[in-house]
Amino acid sequence: MRAYVLSRVVQTALVVFLSLTAVFAMMRLSGDPVLLFMPMDIQAKDVNEFRERLGFNDPLPVQYWHFVTGALRGDFGESLRYKQDALGLVLERLPATLLLAGASLLLTVGIALPLGVVSAVRRNSLLDHVGTVATVLGQATPGFWLGLMLIFLFSVKLRWLPTGGTGSVAHLVMPAIVLAAFFSARIARLTRSAVLDVLGEEYILTARAKGLGEGRVVGKHTLRNSAIPIVTLAGLEAGQLLGGAVITETIFAWPGLGRLTVQALLNRDFPVVLAAVFLISVMYTLTNLLVDLLYGWLDPRVRLR
Amino acid sequence: MKKWLGIGLTAAAFAAAVLAPWLAPHDPLAADFVQSLRPPGTPGHPLGTDQLGRDLLARVLYGARLALFIGTCTVLITAMVGGLLGLVAGFVERWPAAVLMRIADVQLSFPFILLAMTINAIVGLGLRNIILSLSAAGWVVYARVVRGEVLSVKQRDYVQAAAALGTGRARLLFRHVLPNVAPSIIVVASLQFSAFIVAEAAISFLGFGVQPPTPAWGSMLSESRDFLYFAWWLAAFPGAALALTALGVNLLGDWLRDTLDPKLRV
Repeated sequence: MRAYVLSRVVQTALVVFLSLTAVFAMMRLSGDPVLLFMPMDIQAKDVNEFRERLGFNDPLPVQYWHFVTGALRGDFGESLRYKQDALGLVLERLPATLLLAGASLLLTVGIALPLGVVSAVRRNSLLDHVGTVATVLGQATPGFWLGLMLIFLFSVKLRWLPTGGTGSVAHLVMPAIVLAAFFSARIARLTRSAVLDVLGEEYILTARAKGLGEGRVVGKHTLRNSAIPIVTLAGLEAGQLLGGAVITETIFAWPGLGRLTVQALLNRDFPVVLAAVFLISVMYTLTNLLVDLLYGWLDPRVRLR
Repeated sequence: MKKWLGIGLTAAAFAAAVLAPWLAPHDPLAADFVQSLRPPGTPGHPLGTDQLGRDLLARVLYGARLALFIGTCTVLITAMVGGLLGLVAGFVERWPAAVLMRIADVQLSFPFILLAMTINAIVGLGLRNIILSLSAAGWVVYARVVRGEVLSVKQRDYVQAAAALGTGRARLLFRHVLPNVAPSIIVVASLQFSAFIVAEAAISFLGFGVQPPTPAWGSMLSESRDFLYFAWWLAAFPGAALALTALGVNLLGDWLRDTLDPKLRV
């Protein structure tokens, strides 16, 4: 187990390092990176001074070294708009996003998992059919449209919920639903097919043959064995969940990481963009590290590999 | 059911896209301030008009044109580039392949939409750049799936036999391996197609894609937010068009997967 954990941690560190390199490479896409880091109102004669100050006249390997060492110290430069430390600004917004993601995850686990399990166990029942239609629709409905329609229904027509902002549980309801919708649809579908796969296994037949109640067959023998593909997908989709947060937070004016990133992109505030993109990629990588470690717990065979 | 609904909705979307100039009752860009914000059912404007009095039906139809054009271009580019890279990475198995797959891993750690949006913000907006940024963010899935398939296909007897007979590597790859991984490429392409259309709309919604006044579903939805209190149709119809198109293509992709490649889970 220790070797397993260690090798996963090393791999994670490698991916984090490579994603830093990717962020560095991304800045060069425009050709002249100094244009991304200058205040809008700067004079032409100051451009060279700016270039010198930001180190863009150094050879590329030197720039890369400065960028990586800076980033590892948490230094992505100063926000052009807020004149504050870029990473600090990003970290300030992190709790709001984590709250939103946590609420969506809770919704997903509370709705999608039971729905998938029951659909598989009661295959071809009315609930199964309703569930299938709901998941297919959920996967096709874009989050930002669902968000607008919910605002129209619950804020404009019924006046039950605020259109956006933060401050109370009521503010959290619609963003969490929108963020959870797509995710839940995928998880519910996969849970159904994973549980169906396991229900066809011989050890389930054995469990039934020896007279175990249906509750134990499903609860104990089936669920744990179908958990691996579900957890895998949940980990892989975590990145899309964070991507979805970008849109959801913008619609509902939720003061999180996603909205900050969009605003920074609109303001061409690239130090903040880079810090945010890097933090999101680190969070995603850590989530998948967690998923890998969960495997070891769920399926002891994985530890031996 | 799945099959016919999928084919029907997809065909309808493509028909709307191709026939937009003939189906649209008005010019999608023609403003008419006298007729602004008319509800659906207004004579001459079946789906109503927007804040500038532009016909909503015409804008939704032309929106289909743009969405499907971007989706088609992106799918073709990513299928070719990602498919080719996956093919070679699975076949060669030397260090460049390993490097390529690590790059794919790293790229997957950035959310797709955020990556495409950041590229757009850096290299500039516009139709060509959207297609390129979506492609740059989307090739990974093909490379991964195709590489995995090639790794197993090249061990099969018929490939080994052809190699033993002295078939050249290029011929081996394109004559014997490629036809057997083609179904996976088609399935991934159909499932990615709707992802690209929705992503393009999301990016345009956030303001980094197709710019107004060009009728794109995403930017139409974005503009509709200011009028949500008294003009629900501005948000409802472009979004419904987008969701139905995505639904149709998804169902088609599901059906293709069930028929061509039941093992594949994307």
